[in-house]
Amino acid sequence: MSLNKLNLLYRAVVLDHAQHPHHKGEISQVTQKVTLHNPSCGDDIQVFICVAQNQISEISFEGQGCTISQASASMMTDVLQGNSVSQALSQCEAFFALTMGKAIAENQKEALGDAAVLGSLAEFPMRIKCATLAWHAAKMALEGTLK
Amino acid sequence: MTIKRETLRKDFPILDRKVNEEPLLYLDNAATLQTPNQVLKKITEFYQKSHANVHRGVYTLAQEATQAYEQVREQVAAFIHAANAHEIVYTRSTTESLNLVASSFGELVVQEGDEILLTIMEHHSNLIPWQQLAKRKKAILKYVPLTVDQTLDVHAFKQQLTEKTKIVALAQTSNVLGVTNPVKKLVELAHQQHAYVVVDAAQTVAHHALDVQDLNVDFLAFSGHKMGAPTGIGVLYGKSELLKAMPPIQFGGEMIENVTKTTATWQPAPWKFEAGTPNIGGVIGLGAAIDYLNHLEMSWIAATEKKLMMHLLPELQKIEGLTIYGPQTVERHEGIVTFNLAHIHPHDVATGLDMLGVEVRAGHHCAQPLMAALGVESTVRASLSFYNSIAEMDRFVYALKMVKEFFNHESE
Repeated sequence: MSLNKLNLLYRAVVLDHAQHPHHKGEISQVTQKVTLHNPSCGDDIQVFICVAQNQISEISFEGQGCTISQASASMMTDVLQGNSVSQALSQCEAFFALTMGKAIAENQKEALGDAAVLGSLAEFPMRIKCATLAWHAAKMALEGTLK
Repeated sequence: MTIKRETLRKDFPILDRKVNEEPLLYLDNAATLQTPNQVLKKITEFYQKSHANVHRGVYTLAQEATQAYEQVREQVAAFIHAANAHEIVYTRSTTESLNLVASSFGELVVQEGDEILLTIMEHHSNLIPWQQLAKRKKAILKYVPLTVDQTLDVHAFKQQLTEKTKIVALAQTSNVLGVTNPVKKLVELAHQQHAYVVVDAAQTVAHHALDVQDLNVDFLAFSGHKMGAPTGIGVLYGKSELLKAMPPIQFGGEMIENVTKTTATWQPAPWKFEAGTPNIGGVIGLGAAIDYLNHLEMSWIAATEKKLMMHLLPELQKIEGLTIYGPQTVERHEGIVTFNLAHIHPHDVATGLDMLGVEVRAGHHCAQPLMAALGVESTVRASLSFYNSIAEMDRFVYALKMVKEFFNHESE
């Protein structure tokens, strides 16, 4: 019996983000906040954003979850912080495509930073929901700022 | 049908497959039991030799199909010791059975201000139908809590029963805690208050002999797929006089007696509840599954599963950081054990185990109010069956230790 394949999903960078998440906790100025629920495990994730002049000045998340969901949320905040709303939205889409195993352009992959390692999720389809929850929440929050 | 206990694993070819390059160790039997060859063969034979719609044609094939379909009803009645086959309604699942009772019988007997008593350990399928009925009727929904040892608080059950209690709905065996409730005693108490008792036996039917007359339950629901039949066939047992009083909730073919442009009359129970072409193949499979279980003997199944749990539970209890939910003693445990490993999310545990070929469930197990009562969002659940072995229990424990080490080591 071997857990080698687990290393594919739980890379050191994933475990590191999960154990020491970046931008965790509510930010002081919030323009949009979205809570999403993972119906399979019952975990909630909250994403907070502060957008000024179409630019994400701050982004954070809150909530408990599995290694994948916590790591993915942490990576997401690193990736999206400081970006324009439209840029962030397209990064969300690129992340969705990546986790579904679709090919994305090399520069898109690069723009996803640490989160690009979650491309290995395509091999673990039952866990895609865990990884994309925070990104879906961010997408909804960003779309909320456009209304 | 040839079935031998010694070689019964051969009846389940799926148990020979590999998962992630490891031999499959299937421990999600509470979700669905694997289907033995004998059941598949019977269904294939039916489709190859006798397939026709039931209760319609006058030709030979239709008559054969109808006979087979109704014969299984007799078999089901005998299997759970119902007084007669007309007390057996075919449904799609346990969920549909329970919804039928809530929507038809519940509508009849529950009025504003009445009480419906549930237990906190109910699966959503025996909870939401009552919750919604209570909403419609402005009735009061009450939950029996757990004791400190995480079994049903029978004392609280007694206290919460009042003359206003119209319906008591409870699981015979919890799909999370693995504990079997003292249904017979609870039914007695409920009947003293003239309440009707609805029992979800989904987690009991393939593991223990059932006797609905001895238990004196008013309704009892279970699913075929948890006992070796295909998915999509379920059963509702109801006492004759209760089924007779209940209106149908689905209308259409097969369930009618006479129809005019403005009126319709119904077939007697159970047929008035079986609108439309039923799952005939599923019914045939259910009959074969009952044959299979009967050949093994329910007492042998119960004893075999108990032996496995007697081996497994103490081994799990030795793992540091592992919390078992539900009773801590083997005596009160059916073949279900639900747990968490400290600091490791259930989904991570389940993915790790899956890499080692071990298939377990992680999540809230469709019992979110129970999860809240236990103070967790989700848990890992391993559920065994008569085809599992002691060696598999050892392998499971070993795999669990590996997964624990992987995550603990990686987090250092």
